[in-house]
Amino acid sequence: MNLTLKVWRQKDASSSGRFVEYEARNIIEEMSFLEMLDVVNEELVAKGEDPIAFDHDCREGICGTCGIVIDGSPHGPWDATTTCQLHMRAFKSGDVITIEPWRAKAFPVIRDLIVDRSAFDRIIQAGGFISVSTGGAPDGNAIPVSKDDADMAMDAAQCIGCGACVAACKNASAMLFVSAKVSHLGLLPQGEVEQDRRVLNMVRAMDAEGFGNCTNIGSCEAVCPKEISVDFIGRMNRDYRRALLRNE
Amino acid sequence: MTIRFESKVPSGPLSQKWTKYRHEVKLVNPANKRKFHVIVIGSGLAGASAAATLAELGYNVKCFCFQDSPRRAHSIAAQGGINAAKNYRNDGDSIYRLFYDTIKGGDFRSREGNVHRLAEVSVNIIDQCVAQGVPFAREYGGLLDNRSFGGAQVSRTFYARGQTGQQLLLGAYQALSRQISLGAVKMYPRTEMLDLVVVNGHAKGVITRDLVTGEISAHASDAVVLATGGYGNVFYLSTNAQGSNVTATWRAHKKGAAFANPCYTQIHPTCIPVSGEHQSKLTLMSESLRNDGRVWVPKKSGDVRQPQDIPEEDRDYYLERKYPSYGNLAPRDISSRAAKQVCDEGRGVGPGGRGVYLDFGDAIRRFSKEKIEERYGNLFEMYERITGENAYERPMRIYPAVHYTMGGLWVDYTLMSNLPGLFVIGEANFSDHGANRLGASALMQGLADGYFILPYTIGEYFTSTPKLLPSTDHEEFKKAEEEVTASTNRLLSVKGKRTVTEFHRQLGKLMWDKCGMARTAESLKEALEKIPAIREEFHENVNVMGDATELNQHLERAGRVADYMEFAELLVLDALRREESCGGHFREEYQTEDGEALRNDEEFSYVACWEYQGEGNPPVMHKEPLVYEEVRMTQRSYK
Ligand SMILES: Cc1cc2nc3c(=O)[nH]c(=O)nc-3n(C[C@H](O)[C@H](O)[C@H](O)COP(=O)(O)OP(=O)(O)OC[C@H]3O[C@@H](n4cnc5c(N)ncnc54)[C@H](O)[C@@H]3O)c2cc1C
Ligand code: FES
Repeated sequence: MNLTLKVWRQKDASSSGRFVEYEARNIIEEMSFLEMLDVVNEELVAKGEDPIAFDHDCREGICGTCGIVIDGSPHGPWDATTTCQLHMRAFKSGDVITIEPWRAKAFPVIRDLIVDRSAFDRIIQAGGFISVSTGGAPDGNAIPVSKDDADMAMDAAQCIGCGACVAACKNASAMLFVSAKVSHLGLLPQGEVEQDRRVLNMVRAMDAEGFGNCTNIGSCEAVCPKEISVDFIGRMNRDYRRALLRNE
Repeated sequence: MTIRFESKVPSGPLSQKWTKYRHEVKLVNPANKRKFHVIVIGSGLAGASAAATLAELGYNVKCFCFQDSPRRAHSIAAQGGINAAKNYRNDGDSIYRLFYDTIKGGDFRSREGNVHRLAEVSVNIIDQCVAQGVPFAREYGGLLDNRSFGGAQVSRTFYARGQTGQQLLLGAYQALSRQISLGAVKMYPRTEMLDLVVVNGHAKGVITRDLVTGEISAHASDAVVLATGGYGNVFYLSTNAQGSNVTATWRAHKKGAAFANPCYTQIHPTCIPVSGEHQSKLTLMSESLRNDGRVWVPKKSGDVRQPQDIPEEDRDYYLERKYPSYGNLAPRDISSRAAKQVCDEGRGVGPGGRGVYLDFGDAIRRFSKEKIEERYGNLFEMYERITGENAYERPMRIYPAVHYTMGGLWVDYTLMSNLPGLFVIGEANFSDHGANRLGASALMQGLADGYFILPYTIGEYFTSTPKLLPSTDHEEFKKAEEEVTASTNRLLSVKGKRTVTEFHRQLGKLMWDKCGMARTAESLKEALEKIPAIREEFHENVNVMGDATELNQHLERAGRVADYMEFAELLVLDALRREESCGGHFREEYQTEDGEALRNDEEFSYVACWEYQGEGNPPVMHKEPLVYEEVRMTQRSYK
């Protein structure tokens, strides 16, 4: 199939960007979206033009590195699918596809489709862990964990930190990301102990990074490649209020 | 100067060696730890766990990775699980059994002492990860669940759905994040190590490139730890992440660190087959699928019927036929070769005839579709996204692909390379898997090295050598920095006609065809002739766009491919010199009557340690003999 791409090109954080049109020719259904961009880049290089910069690594939907807004939708048209796992079967010859980076104040563009998501790392550093050091841990079966809690913790822990939730939200809120980590750890007996401190510190860090407020629309859940539920946001709000009360 | 490759495995009974080592090793005074600076390259399971633990102990740590966040290291992609000799199932597992399975699985080409230590600390890993909040699968009673993996007859694999690597890595990443917030680790994401700096014969720092600004920097330390993963991408197509590379280890090799057993590469039997020239990576379908899937091909070659139209009597369940006691769970090397063999006979399925069926029909009939969905739902979805086929209705098509590299930089029992001060952990070293790694053992090894072994053994280096923390003004740093800048500029100035990817694909195809699942003296010699020609053309005709002082993914890639061009030759040479078949290294000349790998213990039970001799000079091989005190080497049998 042949496609027309409108791609956001931006040299670096301090330059302004613009859309540039490219033709993608001889694309086949079996290609992934990123392999289609590989083909376009090979042609650009052959013509002596700068290839399009985009982030990617595992190309199997788990590292959370890739992330492109495709026709206005983070990670494109398929549900529960990262950009690298989107395949060209989703498109047909003649389609015009708009391709842009995540847009959020807290995720400045570095180049073309690549953004700086280090704000997420700083939020985790503020409390997204259990304070145990290596050695001296009790036997893994010493504290039974109910299967339901373990499963729900895993539902939250599946977050790949890609940032699509932020990109989809009109307020660029990071609530889904933060609540997934707060819930994952808080649901387990091992993490419950320092839940108050964790939720207070992580929310404070989130606000300091310039993410917006949550207005309960749910676009984040809709685009999340791991289908993380907005229920975790409600859960975190409860944890937060309780922590405030107890720590006043 | 002769370098001796001494394993330094402590004396005494096998089960007491590690305990003895820990009792006898001299400790660094806690107040002094702060004075020691350690550089850790890599933030995968091995690097993140090491960096966090070293910082907890009080060392000053700098950690580097090329991804935008340490959480994205390639370890994240591991699906199936992690082994540990907990014997929670009461099915007869023990530390000794895990040790023995690993030694046997590695086709008797690994070090007894190291492997026993690995089995010993495996139990601590699970405890540690649970304490960190890793949400392992649980049973209704609240206790940890297990599954089986290839090459074992006990159920000792712990897992977190199909995302075990992700959850373990996030555990290590969170421990690392805690140390970053405490100021004990300084993290450098989007930063690539481009050279190792050696001062007075000791590893004392690195040269890095900031991948956003292009800035080249020097960092000095008392010791350097490489945790940079494997080199599977030398084959171009593999299950590894796109950025996985040999650059860090290869450049350390050129500075004096020996490369051990580079020819030991693992081909994983269950990957989605190649669909065309555009393909950039191959996707693994977890080995756990072989718990319930049955592997088969048509009995007749050229049978073009749809799988559902082929009746039972026309199907060949070749793994069950050839290996009745392990069946579909035969080890990876054996299952992969068996798949190649049936495809070579013209019985392969799918486009190009390079595929075999992995069929869940029986399992769905026996349990229910829901049960299978619960177990493997995410894998079936991934398969459908990639192939457009529904594996509940028709069997999956799978084919072997390069997956893991057992070879790596040589290390002694303390995980230190022959270059004092340089430690190598995780997939980057050659240590524990011999000629073939068992499923769910890489995660175990990475975390064993990082949490429980290196943090002890690095102290021995600090207490036994005079302290030296050079300044980055030292001439060795200046020299290394200039070399890095010059080689980057050389790549940019070629301005040839072919892209980096074209060269990488060409090299990879040659490696797969001539040095892949089956190797012969003839095919290896042919590869040795062709690699230098590809390399020369690369340096004369590659086209790398952009410049060095900006984010330039093409340049990053070009540097990595340039290193593969050199490294590939060493891999092939090692394969040629090892005139036997063992584990993942299969030389067609050396096989038993029924086509199994035929080892030659008399002549080849050694670790091949390759030493760099300068550009244009052939490398020199040293041998570390493998001494088996406890285990008797036998012909591996999974029948
Ligand atoms: C698809 C897949 C599934 C797998 N499933 C399993 C499984 O179920 N069980 C199991 O036990 N094993 C599995 N494995 C193997 C296992 O995942 C790896 O062997 C292991 O995770 C490697 O960990 P590591 O820490 O050594 O390296 P990696 O996780 O590869 O980390 C390497 C790190 O080094 C950094 N790095 C590399 N080069 C440089 C450089 N030049 N400069 C700076 N930084 C650098 C990277 O940024 C990264 O942080 C699987 C592997 C694959 C590919
Ligand atoms: S590249 Fe890893 S999730 Fe897409």
